[in-house]
Amino acid sequence: MTAGKHDVLVIGGGNAALCAALTAREAGASVLLLESAPLEWRGGNSQHTRNLRCMHEAPQDVLTDAYPEEEYWQDLNKVTGGITNETLARLVIRDSAHCRDWMRRHGVHFQPSLSGTLHLSRTNAFFMGGGKALVNAYYRSAEQIGVHIRYQAPVDRLELRDGRFVAACIGAERIEARACVVASGGFESNREWMREAWGQINGEWVADNFLIRGTRFNLGVLLKFLIAAGADAIGDPTQCHSVAIDARAPLYDGGICTRVDCVSLGIVMNKHAARFYDEGEDFWPKRYAIWGRLVAQQPGQIAYSVIDAKAIGRFMPPAFPGEKAQSLSELALQLGLDQRAFVRTLEDYNSACRVGTFDHAVLDDCHTEGLSPPKTHWARAIDTPPFYAYALKPGITFTYLGVKVNEQAAVHFSGKPSSNLFAAGEIMAGNVLGQGYTAGVGMTIGTAFGRIAGAQAAAAAVLGEQRAAA
Amino acid sequence: MRQLDALAAEARTLAIGLPPLDPSEAEVARQMQICNACRYCEGFCAVFQAMTRRLEFGKADINYLANLCHNCGACLHACQYAPPHEFAVNVPQAMAKVRLQTYGEYAWPPALRGLYQRNGLTLALALAGGLALFLLLAIMMKGKLWQALPPGSFYQVFPHNLMVAMFAPIFLFALLALALGVRGFWKDVSPGDRVKDAPGAAVAEAARGALLLKYLDGGHGQGCNEADDTFTLWRRRFHHFTFYGFLLCFASTSVATLYHYVFSWSAPYALTSLPVLLGAAGGMGLLIGTTGLLWLNLGRHPLHGDAAQKPMDRGFLALLLLGSLSGLALLAWRDTSAMTLLLALHLGVVMAIFLTLPYGKFAHGIYRSAALLKWAIEKRQPSHLQLET
Repeated sequence: MTAGKHDVLVIGGGNAALCAALTAREAGASVLLLESAPLEWRGGNSQHTRNLRCMHEAPQDVLTDAYPEEEYWQDLNKVTGGITNETLARLVIRDSAHCRDWMRRHGVHFQPSLSGTLHLSRTNAFFMGGGKALVNAYYRSAEQIGVHIRYQAPVDRLELRDGRFVAACIGAERIEARACVVASGGFESNREWMREAWGQINGEWVADNFLIRGTRFNLGVLLKFLIAAGADAIGDPTQCHSVAIDARAPLYDGGICTRVDCVSLGIVMNKHAARFYDEGEDFWPKRYAIWGRLVAQQPGQIAYSVIDAKAIGRFMPPAFPGEKAQSLSELALQLGLDQRAFVRTLEDYNSACRVGTFDHAVLDDCHTEGLSPPKTHWARAIDTPPFYAYALKPGITFTYLGVKVNEQAAVHFSGKPSSNLFAAGEIMAGNVLGQGYTAGVGMTIGTAFGRIAGAQAAAAAVLGEQRAAA
Repeated sequence: MRQLDALAAEARTLAIGLPPLDPSEAEVARQMQICNACRYCEGFCAVFQAMTRRLEFGKADINYLANLCHNCGACLHACQYAPPHEFAVNVPQAMAKVRLQTYGEYAWPPALRGLYQRNGLTLALALAGGLALFLLLAIMMKGKLWQALPPGSFYQVFPHNLMVAMFAPIFLFALLALALGVRGFWKDVSPGDRVKDAPGAAVAEAARGALLLKYLDGGHGQGCNEADDTFTLWRRRFHHFTFYGFLLCFASTSVATLYHYVFSWSAPYALTSLPVLLGAAGGMGLLIGTTGLLWLNLGRHPLHGDAAQKPMDRGFLALLLLGSLSGLALLAWRDTSAMTLLLALHLGVVMAIFLTLPYGKFAHGIYRSAALLKWAIEKRQPSHLQLET
């Protein structure tokens, strides 16, 4: 199957890798895709995704209203705090306006916004069945059009010559190709690297208590290799996208269902039963991504979201049932927290609440007075049993460190673009997304740069062949 | 620890008067809790849309959702939490296990509930009994199974009144048993909803869902999954062949009954007559449909559905297939000496089908139709949840 030299080698098995492989194959190249995971775990973090942020000038099938380029760009510029590259960002945004027909041709189905995600109905096109259904569709299509696929093929290093790709190595095996797309993800599942990147806070190795929301296969092997081999890096190695998730979530692949969405409806305490941040600062979809870091900075990297019966039915149901008790001191006991401190924090909060007209759909006037930190919206006394609590830990979604690329997705060595080595997906997302996040933009970057890298790699393979023949 | 939790949960539900969950139901509840926090599969089918209207899953919800599930497999292949993930979410399989319990739990009369637990044996005994009965009867009536009779003289072998006397009570009993079973189911899963108060649009939608097998379309029209994550419409097509073939055979018998009693036209009917045309078309439909479904069933992905139910599924298909084969053979050779034997065989198989109608796979259609109706009613009611958007 995979004997002989391929035109294009794609390293990785998620959305960006598949987009690259499909595009290169469509351009006539022979393509080999190497996925480090076994078949049942294929797809990297893409298997946990659910939508694509799409520019559109008018309502389209599953997208309402319009989301023009300028607004999209402003959103991206805002969430990244300007740490982005406008040229590359606009390239991605424009691609998102028309990539969905191509996606459909390869078997991806879209559905309207899911219940609980109506705030995304204008900006994000949801994959029917989620990211794993998309990944399955791409693999089927890839097999149909003749992309060669190998699972459990973890590339550990590349052979480079003067910034040109020569071969990839899996242990003693050497795989040559005329061009290569590296789409092997970030390094968030590499525990040691995370530990080193985060270092110690108050004497604790904080990353030891992190949970990884995505794949266990993003070990960052090639990212580390490329940077060591002289590829230009981009992004802050200590930065990652993290949210507060249920502390009972598995170490890897907990995905979407481990989120806990009741923070803004109650209060959050650390393990000393002290509050540490304004839970009602802004709407939850705009704030959930800061809570990973907030919890990471607390002792033991753990926190507890506490609500009462009034909150039930107002937030997305969590996968794990909360601790439930008829009294606050009983709840503290169940959580293993100091009962007196716990009850005092709640009493202080309850008596500080100035309740106006509660409305979770707007930034309402229910707030605290004389409390530090304050809760600025949706502050209602936690006084109606049963009471519930959810333990929270930082859940890492992805890392920002990557390799620098240009509009052709070419990897750079000392400022010079490689002629046959390209990067796509999480390993280069930092070019567009230096920090922050907005829903669905990771898949948009992966799709746009996957397709660019695939096309460029196919063209580079032809050029390489011509040069070899000459 | 887990056992202790289970005991505690049971004690709690008992304390507040809810029926406790058995292990299969508890497994559905566990999985639905995960699915409800994810919801990626909402576009596939009604199960997930019905799920989002709930925060907790009691026995009635679970039985309802289990019967709403068509076992299409789409959510399994799309699931980020499917095995080997430690969450081990396999909704079609968990639902299938509960469905079998639903059939057994509501089977009427209650003494016959156990037939679902040993369905392979049930079908085998019914078939053996049916065949033995008619072969013996034929020998008693005519002395031998192979003989030259005037063309198509079925009633010389078994008088019409005898056949009516044997089949009518069994058929009526099957109808009664199924009706009482689904009535009990409806009372539990939809307390307070009276079927006759259901909006016409809801009834029409449920009927469309059942008759067109809407939820075997994958949500995108490309069909359901069989051996892998590829979508195919063949299960829906073969099911249509089977179901409408069955209905055509039934229509053939009904028309023939009308001919007999209203017009006093006795069988055999001409090859171009309505009963023969309907019966032949129905027999062909059953033949194609059941063969196709058996073939798909043999190739199904091992994680699909409940392996323990394959004897029931395949047994029912095999019985229908035998019914169509024997019926078509009877039509082909009704004017030969083989007629007596073929007639006895065909009637024996048909008897086995009707005997086991309320105690086998056939019941799935009844309970699923009820679940579809409940969904069509429920979706028209406002949700009591105020989830953030």
